Amino acid sequence: MRMPRVIVLLAALLAAGLFAASADEDGLRRIIAKFADAKDFKATEAVARELAETGDPAVERVLLALADGNLFVRKGDGAVFVGKETGASVTLSDPLTGEKAGEAAKAEITKVKVNNGLRRLIRDLLGGLTLGSADPLTRGVAADTMFRTPDAANIEALDAAIARETVASVKARLEQARAASILVSDGSDEEKVVAIAVVEARGDRDALSLLTAVAARTEGAVREAAENAIAQVNGRLALWAAGQNVWYGISLGSVLLLAAIGLAITFGVMGVINMAHGEMVMLGAYTTYVVQSIIRTSFPGLFDWSLAFALPLAFLVAAAVGLAIERGIIRFLYGRPLETLLATWGVSLILQQSVRTLFGPTNREVGNPSWMSGGFDLGQMALTWNRFWIVLFALGVFAVLLYVMKRTPWGLQMRAVTANRRMAASMGIRTPWVDALTFALGSGIAGIAGVALSQIDNVSPNLGQGYIIDSFMVVVFGGVGNLWGTLVGAMSLGVLNKFLEPYAGAVLGKILVLVLIILFIQKRPRGLFALKGRAVEA
Amino acid sequence: MRGMNWGMTNFVAAGLMAAGLSLSVPAHAADDTIKVGVLHSLSGTMAISETTLKDTMLFLIDEQNKKGGLLGKKLEAVVVDPASDWPLFAEKARQLIAVDKVAAVFGCWTSVSRKSVLPVFEELNSLLFYPVQYEGEESQRNVFYTGAAPNQQAIPAVDYLMENEGVERWVLAGTDYVYPQTTNKILQAYLESKGVAKEDILVNYTPFGHSDWQTIVTDIKNFGSAGKKTAVVSTINGDANVPFYKELANQGIKAEDIPVVAFSVGEEELAGLDTGPLVGHLTAWNYFQSIDTPENAEFIAKWKEYTKNPNRVTNDPMEAHVIGFNMWVKAVEKAGTTDPDAVIDAIIGVSVPNLTGGYSTMMPNHHITKPVFIGEIQADGQMETVWQTSGLVVGDEWSDYLPDSKDLIADWRAPMSCGNFNVVTGKCGGKGTN
Repeated sequence: MRMPRVIVLLAALLAAGLFAASADEDGLRRIIAKFADAKDFKATEAVARELAETGDPAVERVLLALADGNLFVRKGDGAVFVGKETGASVTLSDPLTGEKAGEAAKAEITKVKVNNGLRRLIRDLLGGLTLGSADPLTRGVAADTMFRTPDAANIEALDAAIARETVASVKARLEQARAASILVSDGSDEEKVVAIAVVEARGDRDALSLLTAVAARTEGAVREAAENAIAQVNGRLALWAAGQNVWYGISLGSVLLLAAIGLAITFGVMGVINMAHGEMVMLGAYTTYVVQSIIRTSFPGLFDWSLAFALPLAFLVAAAVGLAIERGIIRFLYGRPLETLLATWGVSLILQQSVRTLFGPTNREVGNPSWMSGGFDLGQMALTWNRFWIVLFALGVFAVLLYVMKRTPWGLQMRAVTANRRMAASMGIRTPWVDALTFALGSGIAGIAGVALSQIDNVSPNLGQGYIIDSFMVVVFGGVGNLWGTLVGAMSLGVLNKFLEPYAGAVLGKILVLVLIILFIQKRPRGLFALKGRAVEA
Repeated sequence: MRGMNWGMTNFVAAGLMAAGLSLSVPAHAADDTIKVGVLHSLSGTMAISETTLKDTMLFLIDEQNKKGGLLGKKLEAVVVDPASDWPLFAEKARQLIAVDKVAAVFGCWTSVSRKSVLPVFEELNSLLFYPVQYEGEESQRNVFYTGAAPNQQAIPAVDYLMENEGVERWVLAGTDYVYPQTTNKILQAYLESKGVAKEDILVNYTPFGHSDWQTIVTDIKNFGSAGKKTAVVSTINGDANVPFYKELANQGIKAEDIPVVAFSVGEEELAGLDTGPLVGHLTAWNYFQSIDTPENAEFIAKWKEYTKNPNRVTNDPMEAHVIGFNMWVKAVEKAGTTDPDAVIDAIIGVSVPNLTGGYSTMMPNHHITKPVFIGEIQADGQMETVWQTSGLVVGDEWSDYLPDSKDLIADWRAPMSCGNFNVVTGKCGGKGTN
């Protein structure tokens, strides 16, 4: 298989004094030109192998481009270029030097096709090629690739790399890769037992995967050592998994909090059963979509800032619609919960169908800004950036709202009207306006929740429907009229859900949570944090 | 939770319908036209997928009229909106057949909507062309299944992963309803028959519209780190796919490591998604927009022109409607009448060109022959074919891998005329009611 090649490669690299000028640029170009004639994956694979066998680090650019689907052949003359798609045309550059080579329309060029097998091959080939890269990050990635695809033939190359490695963390990874390679070699049992200890110290899923494979394959002392190591790694991972579950729970809780917190104001504080609350969330998400489309077409450079523009706009759009609903419908229905429920539900259907007519029934694409894509590892926990920011955002929104309610004159008026409408009115508070603004605030908050949810869910006319029941559940569970109750309610439901899910499955888990809430409400009809005092009876 | 909402939506939707807001096109000049019913949801949760199929039918009828209609008469579409409400599908089907007197109906997407209209078509003896890949285990005299049966999609996809990617460990992830559950049951039996151990199969179901995939994606990742090559077979349906793929991408699961092969994700669904991080994940269908044949190029060009939208995509269920509609037209011409009994007899054996460069034939079990394609998702949201069957595959209505259906066959030709003939007992009437 691949093994001897890596040695040849590295030997060649070392002999060439590590990445001195490439031996034979013309030779490389001749090989690259063969991509034009490669009619199927097998042929492309052969060319890629041939390129890697030259051992020239200059081929990294062309191989990476191939793996990413950015390698093109010009139909006119069969010349091969690295291309970058920009709208309807493709910017071409030289496959070796990276120099600009003009533009081409999409119809003038064809892409060199790749599949998973090719991408894997290229990754492995590059792993060997980049082991001596000047960038410690690249060397680390190369070491990890070699760890995942261990190969006895890599040992020498890794030994050489370890000897000259200066960065301690990269050195450790190289040693782990070497240990992995020893485990698949014909080395002695003692050697392998030592290697198992090195792999065990790594302690992640990849290590577990390797050790499981080793335990299944070997016998005697090695197998015993591998099995012990598996038990050790599993024990540690179980702890991490519990931590991970708590995080998932908090993350789900923060989504629930965002969806419910606007409702905590309109339903909790004002007592209006607003079935159109989910549609306010949807409007926020669609605002994000519109903002992003404008930015995409007119100011592509600002894409990472799109959410910053979307937030205030979503708040205004949803608040304006909320204000219109309150002034137009709800104010005539105060004190008639059943009619309010039906009317707002009708509004929700109208809003859904209008959005469907306006934007079409299909999902709209809302992109993640670069700082919300991907994830990072915290120990053995994988956290994703979008969830991470949403947790922070939800807590931020909560803090701001709490401040508005408790520390501003408007918040005071809101609470006064809720507590005793007639008394507040006789103190000179314009209660109809407080009602309208409170409803607008709740709707606006739902709108900014929509901006956040557009990052993790579909932007479709049905977006709101998925959240409305959950939102009511959180508010009722947490205690009507109490923001802290909403926070605690959302977080505990999130964590509970995530701890039930691995055992009961997603479907049964949700049912169990509902049953538990029903039982809880039987015991404490006013939720976790019940409001006390005469206001409650009003 | 969604269920509750639907229930309420349905209630209101039914109310609106009763109030006379039906969308049916008024019928006039009934003598010179042949009416064709279009039964696809234009509102509610399935509108995302079904609206396109309604447009496809209108497009096909328009094209046929340009060619001079059928039997010297113009075709006329009668469009109704069952609003993603399963019982309403049956009501609307009854209205199409009994009130509007349509000659045939093209419609339904979810299996539950099909099951809901079956008795109506049986009772009123009309024709339904059903264009979506489904779980099999059914063959009805009045229904023609132009989408894929499991052996035309799921099983070839699993074979591909086993042979070309060397997959030994399987996650079967699906939405919790009849299509994924039956398909997964068939796949599980199939995998076990291929020597895959029980502990190497993980089955997972999620509710409709599930949006929090963190735990499940982590489970998949953990399941995949047992030292064996792992793949996910996804029968996740509808909206839930978007957050699922986003979570996969964010947790760094690459197609090179754990490929996901999906049966319900097509060009249309990918339109709402940034496909960059999904490159290399797989789909299995009988048609891709990217397939390079003159028939397909012509169809796409006409479709874009008809919809006046250069970005409109085409997908597999659309092709199924194209095939089904052309088969019906040919059968009606052959029979010389639109009478359902005559068409049912005439349509068996009818062959029409499909869009992928071959011919599809209606078989006696009311399923059709199709090629199977495995595609990898590309950065532009299109699929690149990486594998295809060498010939056409005949749709197998009763799976050979399930114990209670392996002895059943369907053959609607006289004298057998049976949808569930048991070859062991030699009697018509096995599992099911058909």
